[in-house]
Amino acid sequence: MSQEMSTAMSNPTHLSYTAEHEWIETRDDVARVGVTAFATEALGDIVFVELPEVGTKITGGEGCGELESTKSVSDLFAPADGEVLAINSAVVDDPALINSDPFGAGWLFEMRISNAPDLLDAAAYDALIEE
Amino acid sequence: MTSPVPTPLHAIHQSLGASFTDFAGWSMPVRYGSETAEHHAVRTTAGLFDLSHMGEIEVTGPEAGRALDRALVGRPSKIGLGRARYSMICAEDGGIIDDLVVYRLEEERYLVVANASNVVVVAPALVERADGYDAVVHDASAQWALIAVQGPVSAQIVAAVTDLDVPTLRYYAIDAGKVAGIDVLLARTGYTGEDGFEVYCAPASAADAWDAITEAGEPHGLIPAGLACRDTLRLEAGMPLYGHELSRETTPFEAGLGRVVSFDKPDGFVGDAALAARREEGLRSTLVGLVATGRRSPRAGYAVVDPATGDEIGIVTSGSPSPTLGRPIAMAYVRPELAVSGTKVQVVVRGSHEDAEIVDLPFYSKK
Repeated sequence: MSQEMSTAMSNPTHLSYTAEHEWIETRDDVARVGVTAFATEALGDIVFVELPEVGTKITGGEGCGELESTKSVSDLFAPADGEVLAINSAVVDDPALINSDPFGAGWLFEMRISNAPDLLDAAAYDALIEE
Repeated sequence: MTSPVPTPLHAIHQSLGASFTDFAGWSMPVRYGSETAEHHAVRTTAGLFDLSHMGEIEVTGPEAGRALDRALVGRPSKIGLGRARYSMICAEDGGIIDDLVVYRLEEERYLVVANASNVVVVAPALVERADGYDAVVHDASAQWALIAVQGPVSAQIVAAVTDLDVPTLRYYAIDAGKVAGIDVLLARTGYTGEDGFEVYCAPASAADAWDAITEAGEPHGLIPAGLACRDTLRLEAGMPLYGHELSRETTPFEAGLGRVVSFDKPDGFVGDAALAARREEGLRSTLVGLVATGRRSPRAGYAVVDPATGDEIGIVTSGSPSPTLGRPIAMAYVRPELAVSGTKVQVVVRGSHEDAEIVDLPFYSKK
């Protein structure tokens, strides 16, 4: 595991965010979803991840999986209504990727969004986690 | 709520980038980087812990030993000079008020180390129970900082900074001496399942002691380690944690620690009648280890069920993915007839029944 985890990472400005500490990268109507560095720092080392199955219809704000660290378990919330198109099997095999590269290789799943959700931009999310 | 109290090492933890947690009224480092890396460091090299939140109660006087014999379940009057014992303080009904390490520093001077969350209860209880004995109880928690060096290379590290003879300091022994020129009590004790040392010193000297141990330890692979890995280390070592395996609702017998109870004491002890009755009537539940088959971890409060009937047969008290074993482990109280190694059970993990097996404690023993 990297030691950089404890260093606060800046939140990339090209992503959108939820108050549940997830990020969304939208390309056309396909969105890639992950959790933020802030979330991974709060969780500690993630050792198990349960993701929704491909093809599942998920509902914004509802639980669709979980992230388990040595100390705790957190629900993964769907950031929007839609259908799961793909999951990142690399993080299922090696959940530490979520800690080491939360905004990159540690992405969780991709979905087709059916209703545009209310999301935060990086500045608004920065302000939220500063509180 | 009052804000959590910083330890004398708080500024060092901040400079190391620690994440903090509020623990028993103290602001404590929970991890510095990866708690998994910190855990592995303690198992393979060494970790450095700030345990200044622990409570230190001094009991002195000609009858200090007799007073402690009356107050605790063990027999501190029989502890050899410079040695330590694991003990407990129980209520009249036999329930555990706290688990303790008792050091005999001098013929008439003991140091009783209590959990941070319980010292406000333990200190007054000791005062009350010492009444009538020629002994003085003093809560000296504010006068002691505590730093632990734990891991297989900890003896080499400590030997480099102390004037005491480390090889002759036995496990569960303590001696007064110097670390980096600072007056300390150096104990060979810990809560990780590894060889290790605990350094008691004045709060004003704690930062210097920490820095000296860090400097001596870094070439050996020592890294700072937080409370998160302390919990997984003690769990792997099968050591109970107050508030989880131990509580006012359990006695030492359920916890598998009946050996610490000494009924053969001239003045008896607080809780002896209830504990003798509990010993006679047999256990209602007993503490076991669980290893889960899948990857989801049992956690404190989850039900243990019979796989055939789904009937609840016990409850998990602590659980976590084990960094050393690579599988989830847990401790649980189950009905005594089920406390047989190899018994298949299930744990209800957030609605799903996950397979697990009862195993002998500890999960991990040092080679």
